[in-house]
Amino acid sequence: MISLAGRDILHSWSKFVLTGIGLGLLIGVTLTMAGVYRGMVDDAKALLNNSGADLWVVQQDTQGPYAESSSIHDDVYRSLLSLPGVARAANVTYLTMQVRLNNTDVRAMVVGFEPGQPGEPGYLVAGRHITRNHYEAVADVKTGFQLGDTIRIRRHDYRVVGLTQRMVSSGGDPMVFIPLKDAQEAQFLKDNDAILNERARTAANPSLNRPGVPGLLEAIQASQNANRNVNAVLVQVLPGSQPDTVASEVRRWKHLQAFTRVQMEEILVAKLIATSAKQIAMFLVILAVVSAAIVAFIIYTMTLGKIREIAVLKLIGTRNRTIAGMILQQAMGLGLIGFLVGKVSATIWAPFFPKYVLLESGDAIRGFVVVMVICALASTLAIRAALRVDPATAIGG
Amino acid sequence: MDGFGIHIEGLSKRYGDGDTAVDALKDVNMTVAPGEVVGLIGPSGSGKSTLLKCLGAVIEPTAGKMTLGDEVIYNNGWKLQDLRALRRDRIGFVFQAPYLIPFLDVIDNVALLPMLAGRSNGESRKRALELLEALDVGHRAKAQPSQLSGGEQQRVAIARALANQPPVILADEPTAPLDSERALSVVRILNQMAQQFNTAIIVVTHDEKIIPTFKRIYHIRDGKTYEEKGLALN
Repeated sequence: MISLAGRDILHSWSKFVLTGIGLGLLIGVTLTMAGVYRGMVDDAKALLNNSGADLWVVQQDTQGPYAESSSIHDDVYRSLLSLPGVARAANVTYLTMQVRLNNTDVRAMVVGFEPGQPGEPGYLVAGRHITRNHYEAVADVKTGFQLGDTIRIRRHDYRVVGLTQRMVSSGGDPMVFIPLKDAQEAQFLKDNDAILNERARTAANPSLNRPGVPGLLEAIQASQNANRNVNAVLVQVLPGSQPDTVASEVRRWKHLQAFTRVQMEEILVAKLIATSAKQIAMFLVILAVVSAAIVAFIIYTMTLGKIREIAVLKLIGTRNRTIAGMILQQAMGLGLIGFLVGKVSATIWAPFFPKYVLLESGDAIRGFVVVMVICALASTLAIRAALRVDPATAIGG
Repeated sequence: MDGFGIHIEGLSKRYGDGDTAVDALKDVNMTVAPGEVVGLIGPSGSGKSTLLKCLGAVIEPTAGKMTLGDEVIYNNGWKLQDLRALRRDRIGFVFQAPYLIPFLDVIDNVALLPMLAGRSNGESRKRALELLEALDVGHRAKAQPSQLSGGEQQRVAIARALANQPPVILADEPTAPLDSERALSVVRILNQMAQQFNTAIIVVTHDEKIIPTFKRIYHIRDGKTYEEKGLALN
């Protein structure tokens, strides 16, 4: 038996292909939306992987340092090192800000780290690691910086000595790594005007500037201008030690919050990007409904254009299931063309998106199944119309 | 074929009920022998199409008896379960317009019926080509219907009607869109095919050019048929 659907598609291939391209672009947008979500999850995981930590120790009652702000003293790491099971502990700061390159701003997450410790970029694609204590930076290539570029962070200029890749924040902002002390200053130190103002205010406060207590005012002012805080301490545990056990110890004895890798992933994926994920899910549902409506409309219109032929086919003894199969196959064919166009389109345009778009094979397979199911469901309207056609209409009068 | 091509006896068709009931066919009798071509003529609303639809097993008569070949197919009710198979295998249709399937080439338009009946593609196409050659359109076998002239399209439609070698062909004004020469050519072909394949052919027509070509004519008026003989010029 010949394929009626195939012959019809070949007969009016241009109409099918053009319609398939239109549908395909819509499917491409849908796949891209799924890719945006996958990219967000991957960014979050990349952030955790790149930190090289088994535990994140942060301020008590916070979910920092990525989902909430956290501030702890920078000497905490010493006491953590004394805990059983801890191999290494290092301070880090994270600050998302606009850094300046020549006359342009680049949104980046500035990471303060101690060279050779957890938090350091795991690998470089060009240049070298930071070797000086100040004013050197390693930047993710996505920032657009080149080796030797000078970037301005707050009041200081930093020279880019190394480039790394896929080092991004959970929001997808590329990272710029600078020495911890510089980062602390950038994050916590006030500008000169603010310092002067603060000093004047302190001096004007009689409870802090007591005539009979020499040195008190200076001590207070020095304390106000010091920056002894970091956002988190990244901890690596000894081989054989359980991060959960070490985290319990930290929570119990150090009055700090400690998250394991699993817990931090839960915070980033299930909480931090949950709203965005819901937003994308809503878009996916809407796009699926729109795709279904378009396929249904197209197949229905095409079927109405063949009513006379369908009446003749029924009159000469064609089974209903053959006619239904023809319409179903056409809808599936349209879906197949649309999916192929969509997949190719998404693959082509994904790298041009400002945020990472991760097109996973699993999503493509799931998308293909969903498209086929949508096309099958959308064809039911046309099939019902075709099956209602009275073969008697082929006979005049 | 032995016996009648098609024989109908006391066939009636009523639309609606009660006061709104309309008797479209009233006690219609008709016999068409194998190899015979008869005309069925009548004014608009006389019941021609209703009769054709009853004969084509598209609508169910209200009462009467229909015999196809030696088999009673209707006797105050259908005697067959599968009317679709009856239409496919034992009744050929030729329409006012050819109504060829536009997305199938000529040979597959004809081969479709044997394929639907379960024959292989090769066997169906062989049969289709034989018919197309018999109707002098074999050279257009690979053409699309839209590439054919009106006369060629109608010949292909006749070939399609003959594809499953049905004992009866119902032709609904098959010459309406054609000029005199082509109309007479189609009638000649129908006569030739009726003889060649021993098929009973009923031609519904308004076309005065072809009416004199029929040996027998059934007039239908107000749902009743009247037979007229001896008009054929050949």
